[in-house]
Amino acid sequence: MNNPVQTSSTSTPHAEAGNARVSVGIALRASLVFIVLCGVLYPLVTTGAAQLLMPKQAGGSLITDESGKVVGSELIGQNFTDPQFFHGRVSSIEYNAAGSGSNNYAPSNPEMIDRTKASIEAWKENNPDVPVSELPMDLVTNSGSGLDPHISPQAADIQIPRISKLTEIPEAELQQLVKKHTEGRDLGVFGEPRVNVLKLNLALRELLS
Amino acid sequence: MGIIQIAIVILVLLLLVKPLGTYLYQVFRNEDNRTDKWFSWAEKPIFALIGLKDRKGMTWKGYALSFVITNIILVASGYLILRLQKVLPFNPNGIDNMESTLSFNTIISFMTNTNLQHYSGESGLSYFAQMAVITMMMFTSAATGLCVAIAFIRAVTSKGTTVGNFFEDFVKAHIRVFIPAAFIIAMVLVALQVPQTLKPALSVTTMEGSEQQIAVGPVAALESIKHLGTNGGGYMGVNSSHPFENPSPLTNVIEILCMWSLGAALPYTFGLFAKSRKQGWIIFSVMMTLFIGFLSLNYAAESNGNPALNRLGIDASQGSMEGKEVRFGIAQSSLFTTVTTAATTGSVNNMHDTLTPLGGITPLSLMMLNSVFGGKGVGLMNMLMYAILAVFLAGLMVGRTPEFLGRKIEAREMKLIAIVILVHPFIILAPTALALMTDAGQAGITNAGFHGISQVLYEYTSSAANNGSGFEGLADNTLFWNITTGLVMLFGRYISMIALLAVGGSLMRKQWVPETLGTFRTDNKLFAGILLAVVLIIGALTFLPVLVLGPIAEHLTIR
Repeated sequence: MNNPVQTSSTSTPHAEAGNARVSVGIALRASLVFIVLCGVLYPLVTTGAAQLLMPKQAGGSLITDESGKVVGSELIGQNFTDPQFFHGRVSSIEYNAAGSGSNNYAPSNPEMIDRTKASIEAWKENNPDVPVSELPMDLVTNSGSGLDPHISPQAADIQIPRISKLTEIPEAELQQLVKKHTEGRDLGVFGEPRVNVLKLNLALRELLS
Repeated sequence: MGIIQIAIVILVLLLLVKPLGTYLYQVFRNEDNRTDKWFSWAEKPIFALIGLKDRKGMTWKGYALSFVITNIILVASGYLILRLQKVLPFNPNGIDNMESTLSFNTIISFMTNTNLQHYSGESGLSYFAQMAVITMMMFTSAATGLCVAIAFIRAVTSKGTTVGNFFEDFVKAHIRVFIPAAFIIAMVLVALQVPQTLKPALSVTTMEGSEQQIAVGPVAALESIKHLGTNGGGYMGVNSSHPFENPSPLTNVIEILCMWSLGAALPYTFGLFAKSRKQGWIIFSVMMTLFIGFLSLNYAAESNGNPALNRLGIDASQGSMEGKEVRFGIAQSSLFTTVTTAATTGSVNNMHDTLTPLGGITPLSLMMLNSVFGGKGVGLMNMLMYAILAVFLAGLMVGRTPEFLGRKIEAREMKLIAIVILVHPFIILAPTALALMTDAGQAGITNAGFHGISQVLYEYTSSAANNGSGFEGLADNTLFWNITTGLVMLFGRYISMIALLAVGGSLMRKQWVPETLGTFRTDNKLFAGILLAVVLIIGALTFLPVLVLGPIAEHLTIR
């Protein structure tokens, strides 16, 4: 750039046109090269390397039940309606992972406020032993993805009295189970402590059988 | 714990600025250095393939022409692939061709580094289109932005007539920066459970016995460049809140640093080119001050929660969790939202439509200012434009000709800068008004009342700032929204880039003015204060009224 032999700044229109002609040819070839390099080679090489080195993670982190049958992905939440199981968060798409999403309710949207009120009423009915003031926000709100596999440890704990009553597993044992399945913050600091509902319920089912 | 984890991420970023900024300087300074040894073996065949024999420097016009032509060719090829994806290979899920106005919107969106998405990745694109169009454009648009920013830096910091050779810069940006970094980050993400496969969607029987479809795909390869290139378009519909795109708080931190670090390092690179690292740090500190201010607003608002839900009598101590993931909580969501709109990435790990009204002001304002870190280069260019404006205003106040980096700022530069400053609000506010006045525009609104104004405003702000995030409740896959946002993205990207290159070209032809005692210094705290005030005052004068109509009015109705 500090090269003293440079074209003068008052380039003629003719020279500019020549500049443009050269540009199109090079631009065309450069575009093709990078479509192949970034759009085909890069993703395929990455796929190959990932499948070779880490097939389980690259395949979607599938998990199996005690009999070895695939029951889902440990990263993707499932819909639980059976009161014997721990329930996850509200999902407007009912955990159908063919897509993803939520209602995108504004904080002032009356439909969201009605939905939350309905969740609270349902909670009162199914969990008469636990006061509503202990019900944490995550259990009555829709996650962003509609596929959130986690609930907060508090959200798991307050479901214990209901499940204990229905399954006759002592509360202490269930508390132990929740504790065992509580994941701490990443590296001890990032994110929030959480419980994977699918894994917890798989363990619960094992306990029941 | 929330504030500590945010502070740690910011600290790591600060540690990355110097090495990354130095690396970028080495890559683009066009003098022999170590990075040649590492990469020239890969670049030589590419230079031969594209027929770049001599790497002569270009004038700003030649540079602008080259990047525009290259982008036009990429747009044309990408459009064809989207329209023909049904019959092209790698389509195991049998996805149909994309409709024409949606294809127009999508292709403009990705070429302009915006990544506004009016489709859902799981059902709208074949694996081939995800790779050869989406992933490809994530590289090429990021490289284009970085090259133009480097050209602008060269123009304002050196003399002569050439700003560098676009094609040489373009190849280097890919080979020395984006491709190796994207590959390494993709492998790290796979190790942390982000899928990377060409198998079709999975079908499993859940614990309760119903059938569950699970969309997978080559996600990790896209995820890494999506953030490194500050693109932001998700593989899945819900972007980085999807557990496959962002499985854990750790991947969340990695994605935040990926989208933030290159943009944050550019002021340092600028300082090295300007032979005044202090100048670079002054620019950086103004950006960081604005960033922390807006981050605090969002974090406080989201931690306090949604007043409308808080009064229902449940335990509201978690804050506003509607639209957020448990693994991220408020701190990781808030930081992500602030970084993604500061860095003009536009990926989201929580739904911005569900943010509390005051929390929603943060992403809106950062996109309106469009100069806090910014994406690949554009943020720095805009901030330098404000810097020139600041010296101009300061010069007027004391009655002398303003100078920036030893060059006189005169009428031609100020006219071009006035265009850039006016275009941004114009392409946000005019279409917002149009959408609110017409039935076709109003049809998209899904949250009634004042929030509806915010939804429309957000969509155009995001398009104009080439961010790409959305208040996603907006029903935007219609002729009206596809065309209007497509045009806004186009103008938002190219008008400012070309006008600022012209400013650079005009500055570099001027005589250097020797520095004297009377020179107004631009590398001290006083200037940082003036710059901060200029950015805030211009932003507030332009956008405060519409913010009052949208989020602030909504806040007053639910508090």
